[in-house]
Amino acid sequence: MKQIAIVSGKGGTGKTTLSGSLSFLFENHVMADCDVDAPNLHLLMEPKLLEKHEYFGGKKAEIGNSCTSCGACMDVCRFSAIIPGTTYKIDPYACEGCNACVLICPEGAITLKESKSGDYFLSKSGDLPLSHALLFPGEETSGGLIAEVRKLALKVAEQKNRKYVVIDGAPGIGCAASSSITGVNYVVIVAEPTISGMHDLQRIVETTRYFRRNFGIVINKFDLNEVKTDEIICWCEKEGIEVLGKIPFDPEVRNSAIKAEPVVKNEKSPATRAIREIFQRLMEIV
Amino acid sequence: MKIAVVSGKGGTGKTTVATNLAWVLSQKGPVQLLDADVEEPNSHLFFHVKYTEEIDVEILLPRVDKEKCLLCGKCAKACQFGAISIFNTGVLIFDNLCHGCGTCSIACPTKAIYEISKQIGVVKIGQIDEKLTFGMGLLNIGEPSGVRVIRELKKFIDNSRTVIIDAPPGTSCPVVETLRGMDYAIMVTEATPFGLHDLKLAASVVKEMNIPMGIVINRASEDYKEIEEFAFSNDIPILEKIPFDRDIATSYSKGSLFVEEKKEWFERFERLYEKIAGVIV
Repeated sequence: MKQIAIVSGKGGTGKTTLSGSLSFLFENHVMADCDVDAPNLHLLMEPKLLEKHEYFGGKKAEIGNSCTSCGACMDVCRFSAIIPGTTYKIDPYACEGCNACVLICPEGAITLKESKSGDYFLSKSGDLPLSHALLFPGEETSGGLIAEVRKLALKVAEQKNRKYVVIDGAPGIGCAASSSITGVNYVVIVAEPTISGMHDLQRIVETTRYFRRNFGIVINKFDLNEVKTDEIICWCEKEGIEVLGKIPFDPEVRNSAIKAEPVVKNEKSPATRAIREIFQRLMEIV
Repeated sequence: MKIAVVSGKGGTGKTTVATNLAWVLSQKGPVQLLDADVEEPNSHLFFHVKYTEEIDVEILLPRVDKEKCLLCGKCAKACQFGAISIFNTGVLIFDNLCHGCGTCSIACPTKAIYEISKQIGVVKIGQIDEKLTFGMGLLNIGEPSGVRVIRELKKFIDNSRTVIIDAPPGTSCPVVETLRGMDYAIMVTEATPFGLHDLKLAASVVKEMNIPMGIVINRASEDYKEIEEFAFSNDIPILEKIPFDRDIATSYSKGSLFVEEKKEWFERFERLYEKIAGVIV
């Protein structure tokens, strides 16, 4: 079985557009939406929910009645999570559940409680299984939740003897992005020809190298700024990175997005042709 | 006044709104623009920033003094992140799992744990011109969380100026850290079902934090009215609609500000600010 992740340092470059379309072209696969902060793939696939699992990402401290407001917890907390007052309280958004305050409290007034930070799901769109999740707003443990989404996708792929797991990754370069690419066979990085696209591309390439993954690049909306596109291509040549393909700016992509459909359903669209070529190249590689 | 520019979905135009708004307001009075999207900061690309200060953001990692360590395992038991393992031969610390919380030091009965600092990012402070000062955070590659970098950046908030903060995308803890203490949130979204879905998530965070908000619809389209319906039924004002315009997309791609190229938009951003100021005072 092969795992392929589609990522982009910068958000909104067309990651879900591409993965939604690739999902339509792939056969014998399972999809995983790892953008658990702002998941969008299910909007394209209109799946039927099969399973729902609760995710307990971590613990949070709770201060009980025996608190004497001595302030010892505040001195040791490195996350500014203690709110002083006549009785002390915990700011659940800031608390990382590290246990320091529990150990230091002379009254034994603080306990760590399991805290639910999201749900993850198995759904089905026609014959295609999709694992996805929703992190509760303001939670921090998205790396762990992404690991659960990927585990679920792998389990289903094994049970159903599917050949590929296709992952719609999380944006950025932090724990969410890293969890989306650890251990995958191939990473497709989507870039856009803008000054910020170039900046973010370099950072996600560095991150992908840090995790020692094989990868290639797709330039989306390449004709919006051909000078920047050339810059990206030159940079890739210099760095020995393969450019898998270029997708033109195409109003059809937006129209499909409004209809919540993958653009490749529209055979006439110029973007469709480009995405089909990228898919062919991807199949050769993996 | 402190305004955060937020979006659930990435790439909706947060940086476009933050940079253009900061520039427009700085023509009238002192403004500070801060980029808290520390994983992928982009605001600086639109200006010539003269940096005056660079501050390392560090966390403290535990190290064990073998002479004092009894291999009792209390540190490993206290650690909530699985960052410490005990072997017959010594203690192994996984730096990448460590949150730098200091719990292991508290748990150690022989004070065998000391701490060393490790740089996880930087905060850069500078000036664009007299009226517009600038700050940004940058998380190192391979580091899991930018929250601490954001916290460090926010120490440089200049309350004598109008502050515009470009927030990270999404709805998780870095966004909450950015929003803490803000007076207003501008929610930037795009007119698609994806934009709407992620806007709802982001709006729920902002609402829970009791911060007043308004919406800017980017790449607005007559074909997709659902954002406006959501705004109306939740009593959130629409501050501005920016249509899809190839010129605007092109000026972004080159790293220029479209308010400088399109006079009409300069005035529209001024009005956008007036709508916000009306709510705050």
